[in-house]
Amino acid sequence: MKPARFKYRRTHDLGEAFRLLEDGGADARALAGGQSLVPAMNLRLARPTLLVDLNRIPGLRGLRATEDGTVIAGALTRHSDFEFSDLVAQRLPILRAAMAGVAHPAIRNRGTIGGSLAHADPAGDWPALCVACDAQLVLNSRRGERIVPATEFSRGFFSTALSHAELITEIRFPAWPRNRHWGHQKMARRRGDFAIAGVIAVIDLGDGGQVSRARIVVFGATDAPLVAHEAGALAVGRAPAAIDANAVGKAAAGVAPFHSDLHASATYKQELVQTLACRAIAQALAGSNMA
Amino acid sequence: MTDDAVPIRLTVNGQAVTATVEPRMALADFLRERLRLTGTHLGCEHGVCGACTIMVDGEAVRSCLMFAVQADGATVTTIEGVASEQSLTPLQEAFRRHHALQCGFCTPGMVISAMALLERCPHPTPDQVRDALSGNLCRCTGYIPIVEAVIDASRQP
Repeated sequence: MKPARFKYRRTHDLGEAFRLLEDGGADARALAGGQSLVPAMNLRLARPTLLVDLNRIPGLRGLRATEDGTVIAGALTRHSDFEFSDLVAQRLPILRAAMAGVAHPAIRNRGTIGGSLAHADPAGDWPALCVACDAQLVLNSRRGERIVPATEFSRGFFSTALSHAELITEIRFPAWPRNRHWGHQKMARRRGDFAIAGVIAVIDLGDGGQVSRARIVVFGATDAPLVAHEAGALAVGRAPAAIDANAVGKAAAGVAPFHSDLHASATYKQELVQTLACRAIAQALAGSNMA
Repeated sequence: MTDDAVPIRLTVNGQAVTATVEPRMALADFLRERLRLTGTHLGCEHGVCGACTIMVDGEAVRSCLMFAVQADGATVTTIEGVASEQSLTPLQEAFRRHHALQCGFCTPGMVISAMALLERCPHPTPDQVRDALSGNLCRCTGYIPIVEAVIDASRQP
């Protein structure tokens, strides 16, 4: 339960971090909050030869809003920063609510949004939340900057669009429309444990009170977060009271084939996703979570 | 000790500490083995059990998921530092009064996690206490006396 030997470099400069990671080769890893990487190292599931500690690079942690209402989070912003941020509570209430259910307080004090996105655990909340909120990920490397939408960042099981020695530097959340409602549901065996499945519903109402857009995101039970387009389409154009939540749930459960594992059978996961989707929609439409 | 060893300087329970550590040494092992502060316990060593919870720069963290090199410049409080010698904090007194410990292995982490909660939220509901302690496993008490102790401590003047 002790990690294998590695070299440690702490840097205060992003450019130096890129260089260290490039020079360190394939077994060099960036260290953010360490709440996924360090357990993997302790279990010797990960054996990096070099850790490049990003924690003291100035400007990578924090939340701010731009004039157009976009909320920008530095990649090293901790889960607890979101949990206790007034800005997030006002502008992106789903993030605040979701963070209160991520692992446990001591983990949330260290774990970061960027680390969680780069790690890409299928059960992680951040990849799904970023997809649900149309977030843009800003990636940087020695080759420059590129911006990747959250929907294109996930490349499957623990896999992302990041190339070696490339780092997420910030995450941009576009301003919410005025009449947006949301639901966030997940199921784990114990409070704070990895979710067997989760569903997020983000529902926008138009001026006439009809649903103008409905985004249903399934995570945990799939290799990566998936948008259930057919499920969302069943809600669009309808008044909230006319939405058949069961039909939407059923459609959400058809988003992908599920696979049995130690924690749950494929059938159970399918039924769970259907139930959680129903609940997420009901939560969104109840409006009880409006900011 | 290898060539990769790194010098660190930090404050532990009010005392300045300087040392040279291998990067792979967990902060928990540094506290226990180098400083002989064995009140911080290691259970699972992968962030699940909460026994190694300590305060770093005023926030509760898992000391098994942080390397000692990362604590360079930090202010650390362990269970040995929460009360002055020969005394207990009101929270610790409440743990004793409510039999909120039996074997005591989880207790240091429980006390630190509860301390962090009470600092942020001085009058928590039982559900808030359960949520705050959900990352601390106890095999003896059944948790109920622990929640009662934290609630009781929160009502002390």
